[in-house]
Amino acid sequence: MNPVTEQAEIRSDNDTAGQRRFDELLANEDRVEPTDWMPAGYRKTLIRQISQHAHSEIIGMQPEGNWITRAPSLKRKAILMAKVQDEAGHGLYLYSAAQTLGIDRETMFEQLITGAARYSSIFNYTTPTWADMGSIGWLVDGAAICNQVPLCRCSYGPYGRAMVRICKEESFHQRQGFEILLELMNGTGAQRAMAQESVNRWYAPALMMFGPPDEDSPNSQQSMAWNIKRFGNDELRQRFVDMLVPQAEILGITLPDPAIAWNEDRGHYDFGELDWDEFREVLAGRGQANAVRVARRRRAHEDGAWVREAARSYADRRANETGELAS
Amino acid sequence: MTSPGDSGTRETWALWEVFIRSSRGLSYVHAGSLHAPDSEMAVRNARDLYTRRGEGVSIWVVPASAITASDPDARGSFFESPKGKEYRHATYYTKTESVPHL
Repeated sequence: MNPVTEQAEIRSDNDTAGQRRFDELLANEDRVEPTDWMPAGYRKTLIRQISQHAHSEIIGMQPEGNWITRAPSLKRKAILMAKVQDEAGHGLYLYSAAQTLGIDRETMFEQLITGAARYSSIFNYTTPTWADMGSIGWLVDGAAICNQVPLCRCSYGPYGRAMVRICKEESFHQRQGFEILLELMNGTGAQRAMAQESVNRWYAPALMMFGPPDEDSPNSQQSMAWNIKRFGNDELRQRFVDMLVPQAEILGITLPDPAIAWNEDRGHYDFGELDWDEFREVLAGRGQANAVRVARRRRAHEDGAWVREAARSYADRRANETGELAS
Repeated sequence: MTSPGDSGTRETWALWEVFIRSSRGLSYVHAGSLHAPDSEMAVRNARDLYTRRGEGVSIWVVPASAITASDPDARGSFFESPKGKEYRHATYYTKTESVPHL
């Protein structure tokens, strides 16, 4: 494998010229590329963040995959399949970006199926109703977009580039979710109730996707200094709530937070406290579906072993026959 | 059946760089990379991964190991400095500004 193009050589961390060059790049709002020297902590933070992000896309296929066979129409089934396919694609873009930092894909897969790596807690909630496909699109993908748009300007080049591609595709995800809820809200009383009940369940967890309040988010500051993160958790959460309230009005749906009120002085909507104990519980593995999600991912990985093996031996045989380069 | 951590089954698929031509008459542009066991699978995977919304009419895949790159650390000495060579740009020639069709 060519070290110049992907797997960057990991150079010594005690490199003052490298550090100077790195600081310069950040100060100039320039991008860091895989072959540049970077501090070990920067590399480690990015590997953690990008691989978690990739895992979230891969695990994120499950709550929606749950509804593909039961989507209410052929159109909705096709849309849902396209969305789940996008998520697989997003996972691959992100695994590729993480690999440029020197971690191999098998290691990341192992970290996911052994529980050593995390993914977004939101996917540990179950999707018992069709309206949940709407709520996931509108609220979960909406929060993800809010989080991800600033990541397009992340200082690490491969991550930023992956995010540009992902954000472009993600906007359809949010719109189709909104549309599902809109159709339910224009439907029968039972359909409206189903939409409202679903939003009641997803609203708070979606707000918690931005992470704990800034004062409880010790890594945020360093990530901001490294131009990985551009905005604090609370600022992004506020931005999201400000977008949601008028959208909820269009839907005719009630956001399950009586504290929501326009604050003239701040120029923002006030909203209530979130239940961070619940957040920590889910993070600690005690959510509705943590065990199921990881077990299913593990089974899919293990069941696919023979496919990978077959492709590999086919490629080896062809390489022998044709002299084509195989690895 | 394999178990995680079994290094005997570790994937060692080659890395391919993917280039997409968005329409005839335009250049192939680098879209990203992927892993695949051979070139045929690489083209198919590239189609699935990078052209889900009609982004291309044609795909190249190139083994990443076949790419020779310039040394990014030597860019200062390797690339000619554009400093003091403004005359290489049309905007350098200001006296011709009022002349039509120039």
